[in-house]
Amino acid sequence: MTTDLASEPILQREHVPVAGRDLLRVENLSIAIKTHKFELNVVKNASFRVPAGKTVALVGESGSGKSIIAQAIMGILPGAARITSGSILFRDPAMDQLEFDHAAERPDGIYMQSMRGSRISMIFQEPMTSLSPIHKVGDQIEEALTLHHKVSRKEARQTTIEMLGRVGFPDPARAYDMYSMELSGGLRQRAMIAMALICRPALLIADEPTTALDVTVQAQVLGLLKRAQQFLNMSMLLITHDLGVVANMADEVVVIYHGNILESGDVRTIFKEPGHPYTRALMAAVPDLATPCDERLKALREVDHVVPDMLYARERPKGDGPLLSVSHVSKTYKVRESSWLSSSSKPFLALDDVSLKVRRGECLGIVGESGCGKSTLSKLIMRALTADNGDITFHGAKGDIDVMTAKGEALKTYRRCAQFVFQDPFGSLTPRATILNLLMEPLEIHGIGTAQSRRKMAGDLVRMVGLDETVLNRYPHSFSGGQRQRISIARSLALAPELLICDEPVSALDVSVQAQILNLLNALRREIGLTMLFISHNLAVVRYIADRIAVMRKGRIVEIADRDSLFANPIHPYTQALLNAVPNTDPDSPLDFSVPDMEIQDVEMLWEEKYRCWSMPSPDTRLREVSDRHWVLSNA
Amino acid sequence: MKSPLPADGEKIGHFVSAAPFDPLSIETLNTEQKDYYLASQKRLMWWKFKLHKVAVGCAIFLGIMYVSVLFSEFLAPYNLNNRHIRHIYQPPQSVHLFHEGEFIGPFVYDTTYGLDMETLKREYPEDRSHIYKLKFFCEGDSYQFWGLFEANRHLFCVDKPGTVFLLGTDRLGRDMLSRIIYGTRISLTIGLIGVAISFVLGLVIGGLAGYYGGWVDLVVQRIIEVLQSIPSIPLWLAIAAIIPVNWSPVLVYFAISIVLALLDWTGLARAVRSKLLSLREEDYVLAAELQGASPQRIIGRHLIPGFMSHLIASATLTIPNMILGETALSFLGLGLRPPVTSWGVLLNEAQNINVVVIYPWLIIPVIPVVLVILAFNFMGDGLRDAADPYS
Repeated sequence: MTTDLASEPILQREHVPVAGRDLLRVENLSIAIKTHKFELNVVKNASFRVPAGKTVALVGESGSGKSIIAQAIMGILPGAARITSGSILFRDPAMDQLEFDHAAERPDGIYMQSMRGSRISMIFQEPMTSLSPIHKVGDQIEEALTLHHKVSRKEARQTTIEMLGRVGFPDPARAYDMYSMELSGGLRQRAMIAMALICRPALLIADEPTTALDVTVQAQVLGLLKRAQQFLNMSMLLITHDLGVVANMADEVVVIYHGNILESGDVRTIFKEPGHPYTRALMAAVPDLATPCDERLKALREVDHVVPDMLYARERPKGDGPLLSVSHVSKTYKVRESSWLSSSSKPFLALDDVSLKVRRGECLGIVGESGCGKSTLSKLIMRALTADNGDITFHGAKGDIDVMTAKGEALKTYRRCAQFVFQDPFGSLTPRATILNLLMEPLEIHGIGTAQSRRKMAGDLVRMVGLDETVLNRYPHSFSGGQRQRISIARSLALAPELLICDEPVSALDVSVQAQILNLLNALRREIGLTMLFISHNLAVVRYIADRIAVMRKGRIVEIADRDSLFANPIHPYTQALLNAVPNTDPDSPLDFSVPDMEIQDVEMLWEEKYRCWSMPSPDTRLREVSDRHWVLSNA
Repeated sequence: MKSPLPADGEKIGHFVSAAPFDPLSIETLNTEQKDYYLASQKRLMWWKFKLHKVAVGCAIFLGIMYVSVLFSEFLAPYNLNNRHIRHIYQPPQSVHLFHEGEFIGPFVYDTTYGLDMETLKREYPEDRSHIYKLKFFCEGDSYQFWGLFEANRHLFCVDKPGTVFLLGTDRLGRDMLSRIIYGTRISLTIGLIGVAISFVLGLVIGGLAGYYGGWVDLVVQRIIEVLQSIPSIPLWLAIAAIIPVNWSPVLVYFAISIVLALLDWTGLARAVRSKLLSLREEDYVLAAELQGASPQRIIGRHLIPGFMSHLIASATLTIPNMILGETALSFLGLGLRPPVTSWGVLLNEAQNINVVVIYPWLIIPVIPVVLVILAFNFMGDGLRDAADPYS
């Protein structure tokens, strides 16, 4: 970042904010959403400010009203929502001493149109859908510029390429002509940031900017935002539920719950001496890398659970060998590449010679970034996919089952022994079935009990996950995400399985609900001796729940060890990078943003030679035991 | 600090709201929300449908039309085949309320017959000396009501020898209004029978294609493409020509609905197939599979309930096609034939452009066709929007 941008004509116009004046002041704002049955007050009398050049974090759970406040500032409220009172005062430094009230301006008026995307811009959570797939990345970014400024084509292109370089594209001139599907998630988010910054906005609203990104990419994007802010002298309104991100980015914090602002203050004050019980509960609920693993998390909403007798009484496998052994499993996907002349398929290796054993009663955690093959592995174990080669054997109470070839009765028996909890609690429950039907279904399929005993069992199951029996007649759409995930867990335990596979069970949930689900899973595991395979991208969560952890990268297990050994002494450079990228909730120990911020194509080149198993494959590549039960993938 | 908002440009203090933290407040529902969240899917769909005012209006209109089918004999002022030989090609008579500035109530004037010797056109000028008051629930032509008992009550009529032809008469002196009312019976029901058959065909064939995929899908898709590429009118003509001439009108009626259905299932089959393909990717289907559910169970319990409402909505949208198909076939003289009376058969009379120019009221059966088809389309739109209450 050595280029002197001051020589650029567009980016030259610098507007120094007036001292002693906040850039944005939201005063007593109330917003109501009207559905056809009722009107809900989603924001109640909210007041906060964004000072010039500073970052303010708006922290809250989903449904707290934080995103709707951002929409109100941008003038893009959905049709059903309206501002019932209050004002949103924006003092654009480019407009001298003027002040505009965005709550009173017409959302489609000239003022708001010229303001949106130019003086205030916004970046969204989902980089995959925010860019148009049919236009070049450069053209989309340039459009934001040409909409608001009179510039020549050449000048516009120049500025766009400049901006692409600034947000970390290694070859900006080439990136200009690429399409969004050619970019990774991290690069797409960078392109979005470039689009938001191209007009040098006075205020950037970042709505969960890194929630959909992997931890290592998240750290880079956060570093980028921080540098861009200093360089452009802009203010930032950061909307997030991730306290680690807040601690690393914000100057001031505003805590919002159910439309009410409960606490606000300097970031240090909020994290060191949180005043409101909600803020304190929120902070205590989120596990981080220092949370003691044998204590219950302090969930915001505790769940009492009663484990039904039949789960205690279920058959348990004898002996002490592994419950599940996976050996040398590989899986390739065919990626169709078709042009209008020919179509060819090139294989994509999703899993490459993976072996692991799950011991009876343990919880094995699998961590890795998106695309590392962890979900593929779980689907193979569940026989939702078939592996190309290798063996998966389940050593259950009813004898060994060869998972890859099981058919008919054997497969049905296996389904009874191994169950699955999905990531998305909204998609995994049939919307047209009542909770009673959903919970009785596994019992009906496997012909367990009579209609009466199944009904009783369904009642026991909902009580087990802390819900009341009255919920049995309701439909899934009437529950919150956390409640649905509890129902999913209840359903997966209906058959009293020996193995439970949880694929990112808390990633789609609010941080405040995570603790509740983790506590529940942990308690159930202890009480009924469940064996669990827990897949997650969140290191803190895996560390809290798993006894043993396997780290995966690009289809391979790079390191597998007992939890304490792995976190105390991570050996593989990839594991180390993952651990270093986790943002800490302590504002005094910030992330190291000085790491190279380019999306480095080949990060392996920074590693010691024996760990470069992808760029320099060797026949000797295998897991090697470096200390007691601590295995690391290396070439030598 | 009292307020979360510091003074302009000041350093921020520490604001802590005095409001208590109720961890459950975000999960507790007020009564209206409870109502909404506890509602079943059918109820949600009804609420959403009700919002679509035009669709509700159309549904009521269609409801009235279908109820009228049960009481055609009573609603029509004259019988279907009752000829008035002194009133051939009589234009519509208008209903008056005032006679010589005096309020009388609804009545019609007497008409006289005359022949324009220049154009040889029949003319029926009003004879203002006689008035016939409209009578309601009066006695007129007798008919067999529902084939059960003899009756002669009509909704309205006038005393003999007066006549009330509100939509004129045809070539044989039959009342057009009565014939349109009787025609509704055939025209509206032929759509239902046809749709029922094409619904079953579409569901089964589309379901097979969507669930099994592979070559079944390929074959079905190609058959659909071939069927859709054949110009429909010649194909109808060809199939209708197969129907033996000596069949009774009722048999012809069924044969025509089957012909229409055999050609109309393609759209529905495509809808079923694509919906099945997209629903199969849902997590909840995989969840059922991982519980060990059999394919029949997955289709019956998880897939079909998910798209039945869509299917009903799209079936509603195909009823107009059926009605139009029948009208077109009968218009061309290859569908239903007299003495069976449908709107298409009535329009058959208006084939000759000369006739239409001189006796324009013969084209009036087009109006109910247009109204019913528009109503079905609007109602279908409303149903389709309501079919997915969770979106």
